[in-house]
Amino acid sequence: MSHSQKAAEFVQNEAKTNWHNETLWWVRNKRDISTQKIPEWEELRSLGSAVKENVMTNLADYLEEFEKNATANGIHVHWAADGQEHNRIVQSILEQHNAKKVVKSKSILTEECGLNHHLEDIGIEVVDTDLGERIVQFAKQPPSHIVLPAIHMKKEEISELFHKHLQTEEGNNDPQYLTEAARQHLREKFLNADVAITGVNFGIAETGGFVVCTNEGNADMGVHLAPVHIASMGIEKLIPRFEDLGIFTRLLARSATGQPITNYTSHFHRPESGKEIHVVLVDNGRTAQLGREKFRNSLKCIRCGACMNTCPIYRRSGGYSYNSTVPGPIGSILSPGFDLKKNKSLPFASTLCGSCSDVCPVKINIHEQLYEWRQVIVSEGLDASPKKFAMKVASKVLGSSKLYFSLGKMARKSLSTLPNKMIYNNLNAWGKQRDLPKPPKESFKEWYKKNRS
Amino acid sequence: MSKPKVGLFIPCYVDQFYPQVAIASLELLEKLGCEVTYPMNQTCCGQPTANSGYEHLNTSVNDLFVDNFASFEYIVCPSGSCTLHVKEHMHAEGKPNESLHVRENSYELVEFITDVLGVSEISVVFPHKVGYHASCHGLRGLRLGSGSERNIAQFNKPEQLLKTIEGLELVDLDMKDECCGFGGTFAVAEEALSVKMGKDRITDHIKHEAEVITGYDMSCLMHMEGIINRDGLPIKVKHIAEILNGAGL
Ligand code: SF4
Repeated sequence: MSHSQKAAEFVQNEAKTNWHNETLWWVRNKRDISTQKIPEWEELRSLGSAVKENVMTNLADYLEEFEKNATANGIHVHWAADGQEHNRIVQSILEQHNAKKVVKSKSILTEECGLNHHLEDIGIEVVDTDLGERIVQFAKQPPSHIVLPAIHMKKEEISELFHKHLQTEEGNNDPQYLTEAARQHLREKFLNADVAITGVNFGIAETGGFVVCTNEGNADMGVHLAPVHIASMGIEKLIPRFEDLGIFTRLLARSATGQPITNYTSHFHRPESGKEIHVVLVDNGRTAQLGREKFRNSLKCIRCGACMNTCPIYRRSGGYSYNSTVPGPIGSILSPGFDLKKNKSLPFASTLCGSCSDVCPVKINIHEQLYEWRQVIVSEGLDASPKKFAMKVASKVLGSSKLYFSLGKMARKSLSTLPNKMIYNNLNAWGKQRDLPKPPKESFKEWYKKNRS
Repeated sequence: MSKPKVGLFIPCYVDQFYPQVAIASLELLEKLGCEVTYPMNQTCCGQPTANSGYEHLNTSVNDLFVDNFASFEYIVCPSGSCTLHVKEHMHAEGKPNESLHVRENSYELVEFITDVLGVSEISVVFPHKVGYHASCHGLRGLRLGSGSERNIAQFNKPEQLLKTIEGLELVDLDMKDECCGFGGTFAVAEEALSVKMGKDRITDHIKHEAEVITGYDMSCLMHMEGIINRDGLPIKVKHIAEILNGAGL
């Protein structure tokens, strides 16, 4: 289904659409308040963008530097060309340790690779330990937002899920009560895990270390209790120096939720004695995107989710309307790179309002890339033919002042003489819920000819 | 001082459906001391096709546009969206200098008045409560205002002019720069969402008791007017050029 079909379904429930819209706008507002407290905010954005520009330009070198330093620290570094290879690598590490139980903190990359399904298929228990991710895992759904995975669910729905899976009291919707139940449940999982998997927010080439940001401390709980830590990292997550990190930790949490910093900013440099750390570096389409000049700086993304919270479309159509791992504006410029045909409606799910580009902490020109993807989709012949035909006609008419003049006159005349039934028929998407403008007797051109020339 | 020579660019849908907006723009510029010409062979800037992914079909549209406007000192247009398209994408094959001249000297009407003519006050009367709609392309593309996303000194060129009008009361909105959902072909391709966005925008204006929504893009206003008329809502739309030129409600 295209984005427009899914969005049309979503807005049918107007009360829920309004609630979704207002909830995310509230997060956007918190972001505004916290960014306004920093006078140098715009400068920070420029710095963040420039540092990432450098990384994208010299990615191969930084990756090698990272591998060298991480290895010297006793971290095992693996390379995965795609999601499947990533999953196989994770599987082989689990097999080496005869691991059966895995706890995993938030990682959009492992969603992208389909890791949970892969591991579950071979009999491994994978427990997502981020509260929101655990909720959607219970519901057998993917996250609908990269920072707030269960933002589409109301507390009543969560209460129902917890009643079913955690035997909480039926109808008890108290967030405190529900969170406590999740906490007790997860504690038991943490204590018994053989391996902890985390994502990576920032890998530091200079030190070979990496940083994981969470609000719940769940990454730390997992990692400190389990003997083996596997960190899945997209190759674009690098920054050159330790001293660059502060730029990004300041940008990330403020953009994501309006917090000055995430509750936990955990640095991993080397394994504790007797333990292991593995980093799996994943490409999965990233070098291909790097090779697309107009789209390469989409790889600067630090996954803060601000572009989703600000997007007037996302807020009113929900994460699932995008039908891709990363929804919202950034997803709409990343996903066509993975599968152009499947995702061809996404770059059109935008008014090109530009709000995403202005909130983005690393200044990705998201709306301009949406425009560019549209050109690519059309030139690859993937646009629907009725529109193709309409566009060809439009360019003919608008390319000739004579045609434009006479056809414009005809159209205005027929609009004022045709019965409404013919104007507002089923084919007329404009007129389903909107009137057309009342056609004036004369166009400006006609008026000007009469009055001024 | 010689008069600024202005080529008036009227977007196709304004020419066809809202001639009063074009007339107001023309008269306003003349009152403010410009020598204004409307090149008769103009049609459109090509934005509808380009934003739909068909920029490559725009060869003759672009040729026509550059031919019509390259000889003017300034090109002024009562639409932020069309102006932005011209500034970002106008290019006629084999005419790099003319194309560059057109791109660099195109202005949206309000910014032309405030920035080029240096006018900071308009002496007309409009005794009404007005809601100002900051259309996205003018706001974030042409930077007619600072926008709520960025942490920079606040400014807003259209509001600054509107505030000088006698009797005009600007209402505060809950969301001062939210998109109305027009978006060109988006309005039909994503009909359900587009209408929902438009309704939300209108509701904000009505909630704050605006009698009329104004702005510099008739396309957004046309979309909202379509909903207002269909649903019989107690509010009107009026292009900013009409108000600045002294029109009544
Ligand atoms: S594109 Fe920018 S705003 Fe969107 S998630 Fe990535 S960093 Fe955040």
